[in-house]
Amino acid sequence: MKVKGKKKSEIRNPKSETFHTSSPEETLELGRKIGEGLKVGDVVALTGELGTGKTLFTQGLVQGLGVKGYVKSPSFTIVNKYEGSLPVYHLDLYRLGDVNEIYELGIEEYLYGDGVCIIEWAEKAYSFLPHGYLLIKFFYTGERTRKIEITQR
Amino acid sequence: MLILGIESSCDDMAAAVVKDGSIILSSVVSSQDAIHNKYGGIVPELASRRHLETVIPVVEETLNQANVTLNDIDAIGVTQGPGLVGSILVGLSFAKAIAYVKDMPFVGVNHIVAHPMAVFLEKAKRKEDEKMRSLEDKKKISTSQPLSFLTSALPSFPFVALVVSGGHTTLFKFKDFVDYDILGQTRDDAAGEAFDKVAKLLGLGYPGGVVIDRLAKKGNASAIQFTRPYISKDTCDFSFSGIKTAVMRYIAECRMQNAEQKEVEKLGSYEAKKNPFSISQPLNFSTSVLNDLAASFQEAVVDVLADKAILACKANDVNDLVVCGGVACNSRLREQLHQKSRNNNIRLFLPDPSLCSDNAAMIAGTAYHLLKKGVRGELDMNAIPSM
Repeated sequence: MKVKGKKKSEIRNPKSETFHTSSPEETLELGRKIGEGLKVGDVVALTGELGTGKTLFTQGLVQGLGVKGYVKSPSFTIVNKYEGSLPVYHLDLYRLGDVNEIYELGIEEYLYGDGVCIIEWAEKAYSFLPHGYLLIKFFYTGERTRKIEITQR
Repeated sequence: MLILGIESSCDDMAAAVVKDGSIILSSVVSSQDAIHNKYGGIVPELASRRHLETVIPVVEETLNQANVTLNDIDAIGVTQGPGLVGSILVGLSFAKAIAYVKDMPFVGVNHIVAHPMAVFLEKAKRKEDEKMRSLEDKKKISTSQPLSFLTSALPSFPFVALVVSGGHTTLFKFKDFVDYDILGQTRDDAAGEAFDKVAKLLGLGYPGGVVIDRLAKKGNASAIQFTRPYISKDTCDFSFSGIKTAVMRYIAECRMQNAEQKEVEKLGSYEAKKNPFSISQPLNFSTSVLNDLAASFQEAVVDVLADKAILACKANDVNDLVVCGGVACNSRLREQLHQKSRNNNIRLFLPDPSLCSDNAAMIAGTAYHLLKKGVRGELDMNAIPSM
């Protein structure tokens, strides 16, 4: 895994880092490494277009948190809960429309719950996110390569 | 035995009255007009807390349509999971409250397992029949109408069931009405989810499955060869996340070619070339290309679904196959299933399309068989979001 442009982004924002992954396997691995360092109350917000690797990265995060088995997409159920070393709440806001629908989902219960909260399509819920959350942005750079930007907000 | 079914695991609140686990006296879904009008406006597509406002009108409507009251109901079946916890709890708490007040048994039902039970349901034939089944004639009807139709036109146990919808893609082996094994399921996205997301990539409307089905009829399914995500030849598991990326990749390639051509023609194309993967870029596909793309994508998904369903039957030495869930309405899937099951001497059973999508009749139908087995819900029953 190459960490390019780190210095440049560090100057701009000391808490921001950019990674370039060259395969889906590397994206998964990056997720796993970050997952290993998560603790109770952490909120990870993922944004990026369809197919940029958010779900794959989440599979890595969840593996890093010690969860066994497959991480199925929660697009339908909105929230999946897994038991690893910590409870993991995996939210997917893809189907949700506006702020009211997110409020009615009861998102606070997951954000301020007893575990780690991972949110896909998080751009729909920025106003709900607690201070200090991890914002992870996904960009296409090629067929199998992605740029992944991690910022603490 | 009259059972009231209540289902609230997803976007819709639904209720139904089913007699003896097979005859639907009424089945109401909150997105239906009858409820829209009664509720006095549009019911939001997804809002678990709004289920609170629709549960009573939906149950009242279904009782009215069945021409019965709560006093005529013998038991309640209610979805216990899987789904969004807040949504499930609305239906479950409501069911428990009625069961407690009316002192009647209730039972929690697994939504996915209930889907295949739709194949055992049939609608009450005429309005007059429904009226006849009301209180006075209840006894007479139940003795004069044995479940004789259960013999030929219905699957026999054990059968394989493929539940394929926006939220699930699961293969079961049912040994009887309530005893089943899971043979395989999706490892990432559900098949219906792939349809919805590809429709979004192509800038088509919602629901994606219906639009793609329509376009695909005019397209050439072998125009683009998308890799079929079989995982391996002997697994009954599915994976549909990759095909979404494959479609996206194809669109990006088209954009690049398009951009280069425009460059030759000295037209502005910088944006498209800079980020060909961005879905915010306009597509500019001709109708025929779009039709071919829809048909080719659909064919790839349908191939896998049909082949794995047949594989599950053969590997388990089973002759009967039930396919249900929202995606079971897809015309190409139905066509392929008919073809492939015929070639393999497998009897195929497809519930009526109205019973393929989410409904409460299948919940009531399943509850009947659970109750017959002596299963009873306790008042401290909780929702199981990941059942």
